[in-house]
Amino acid sequence: MNLGEFFLEHRAEVLELTLEHLLLVGLSTGIAVLIGVPVGIALTRKPWLSRPVLGFANIMQTVPSLALFGFLIPLNIYLFHIRVLGGIGARTAIAALVLYALLPIIRNTFTGINSVDPAIREAGKGMGMTDRQLLFQVEIPLSVGVILAGIRVATVISVGTATIAAAIDAGGLGRYIFRGLRMNDNTLILAGAVPAALMALAADLLLGWVERAFSSRIFGRLKRRSIAWASVVAVLGLAVGIGIAVYPGKASHRVAIGSKDFTEQIILGEMLAQAIEAKTDLAVERRFDLGGNLAHQALVAGEIDAYVEYTGTALTAILHHRPLTDPKEVYRQVKQDYEANFGLEWTQPLGFENTFAILVRGEDALRLNLRAISDIAPYAPKWRAGFGQDFMSRPDGYEGFARTYRLKFSELREMDLSLTYRALVERQVDLIAGNSTDGLIARYQLVQLRDNRRYFPPYDAVPVARRETLRKYPEVREALRTLGGLITVDEMRQLNFEVDGEHRPIREVVRDFLAKKGISGPR
Amino acid sequence: MDGNDQKAIEFRNVSFRVADGKTLLSAINLEIYRGETLVLLGRSGCGKTTTLKLINRLLDPTEGEVQVEGRATTEWEPIRLRRRIGYVIQEIGLFPHFTVQENVSLVPCLEGWEEEKVRVRSHQLLEMVGLEPGRFAARYPPELSGGQRQRVGVARALAADPPIMLLDEPFGALDPITRRELQQEFCSLQRRLKKTLVFVTHDVQEAFLLASRIGLLKDGKMVLLGQPDELLKSDDPEARAFALCLRDPRASETAP
Repeated sequence: MNLGEFFLEHRAEVLELTLEHLLLVGLSTGIAVLIGVPVGIALTRKPWLSRPVLGFANIMQTVPSLALFGFLIPLNIYLFHIRVLGGIGARTAIAALVLYALLPIIRNTFTGINSVDPAIREAGKGMGMTDRQLLFQVEIPLSVGVILAGIRVATVISVGTATIAAAIDAGGLGRYIFRGLRMNDNTLILAGAVPAALMALAADLLLGWVERAFSSRIFGRLKRRSIAWASVVAVLGLAVGIGIAVYPGKASHRVAIGSKDFTEQIILGEMLAQAIEAKTDLAVERRFDLGGNLAHQALVAGEIDAYVEYTGTALTAILHHRPLTDPKEVYRQVKQDYEANFGLEWTQPLGFENTFAILVRGEDALRLNLRAISDIAPYAPKWRAGFGQDFMSRPDGYEGFARTYRLKFSELREMDLSLTYRALVERQVDLIAGNSTDGLIARYQLVQLRDNRRYFPPYDAVPVARRETLRKYPEVREALRTLGGLITVDEMRQLNFEVDGEHRPIREVVRDFLAKKGISGPR
Repeated sequence: MDGNDQKAIEFRNVSFRVADGKTLLSAINLEIYRGETLVLLGRSGCGKTTTLKLINRLLDPTEGEVQVEGRATTEWEPIRLRRRIGYVIQEIGLFPHFTVQENVSLVPCLEGWEEEKVRVRSHQLLEMVGLEPGRFAARYPPELSGGQRQRVGVARALAADPPIMLLDEPFGALDPITRRELQQEFCSLQRRLKKTLVFVTHDVQEAFLLASRIGLLKDGKMVLLGQPDELLKSDDPEARAFALCLRDPRASETAP
């Protein structure tokens, strides 16, 4: 499918995501203006503050977005009973975007006002203008061009950065980009990237025009009163927008299901959701696609009520225990520690395991007769390996892996997990660590090497839920019980392939699977 | 009423030091009478501008006090004080985003005059400084020549009819012909308006043209204060240096 066809077919969704994106950018830039311009002005009055404040804004810009999300999600800050900070979703994405947008706005306001001709300021002061009159009638109008230039830079940066918002279920065009990366689908990536690029371009042109209009004499001819009114209207509009974005709107009888940010997880999240919809009267909110460890953080924070976790991941990446090999022992330990530490409950395992799969191209496996991981030792020094950031950093990841099998590669490429498959197929790398249930393994005719030294801990997929939720809605526990032992590895791989390989909608794939298993769809 | 009634401004033993301890003015005593034009004369950096800024409280004295209309400047609310004092500077400092009329109307607008009254006043002022309102009112400062801009600057300072005007080398940046024109027009304007003027310049000819009295400053001290011809008779080396400039034969026509 080419891009044009895609847009035609999905125009409603494209429009929705574009609007979401626009809302994210608009609100965050608006808030950044409301904070940044007054701060910039304050700095011109208290110059000694300028170094620490600009330094702070500078540092904020260098913090990676996922790290910033990780820091913002656990926050719980309320203002007049409305949560203004913390959690997953648009609220946190907007907070992060605001922090990124502050620097250009503060800096340009500060330098803009400071570069107003001192003679003009002295004349105004000498004629008896108050500081406020001088500011609003002289300094701001004369530096409005520079301030607008800062806002323009901030907006264009925001349009790009807002694509990351999809990692915490805040929507926007990033959804297409992430989904496309995961499914190795260029059309989907472009479907997110092209509208975002156009939006950046449009914002640049539009604000550039406004900037020129204000810098030239048009400003002098506008009635100052009408500018004041326009500002009031803009601020009110912004406040309403913020209210809508921030207002929780959460009905009482509702559970939220989360997922991490790869296909299998979204399928499993959808499965949990549909099972609950089928067996209970509760409304289900879907908050999928949470990047990194955000799903866990969201569960602990009560932002979601359940998601599917893997025992080995919980053991090593979250509880920071040493890897164990006995699946029963791992399950017992995570269940016990989660109860004690987080008030979270591990329900029944779904029946399959998704372990790290060390993958090579089928032709290489055939040619070199590779079956187990230790078989590659002689070739590794000439090979390049491609690993996801997750594999590189987790305790049951690369370091122990290389030590256990005494491997040293000629080159290590660290990249997004979904890109590693593509890199392997295109011979950019010779070995990757994928997921054993991945539909792409079959599609690309890759071969999974056996973990003959049993390095990887077991990774049984298990729904984890908040104890509080299970207590309040026992029917949710019942619904989750119906999923116990329901899915085999082959079935999971097949489900993944139907989504990644055949590009079928996840909802449909899950509905068909549950129907086949005798769990009816939503009543 | 006592004699104070005649004094518009009085410096009582005023010194001014900057933060690093450097003394810009020391022990200045000066009385400026209603309706007179006091010219502060001196080289660059002698403290003329500092003296001026002490009057409208852009600066506060380190020692002594400056009285305006019988009250110490530190007792005045600075905004009220400044609106009673017109202020014209060499760089002019017109607001480039305001029209000529808006620039001239600034203080009346700040004082909350009615719109129609402001308009009438601004046109009257533009005529007074020789700018035809029909041609100039709607234009912006960057479209004007230097001389025209300073005429607007003077009109702006006069707008709310302040009893006192401070002028800091207002004609210093103009070409000699325009400067001469403006000086002469300003002279006749002053004869009609009878404001109390404090005028800063380093141009001794300008000082002689405008002054009822001259205060000669050197290194922050008042070395001479008196009628212009007292400067000619003085033995003070600084006064002689300035007098010599005046006797330059090529400029003799401006001698009194």
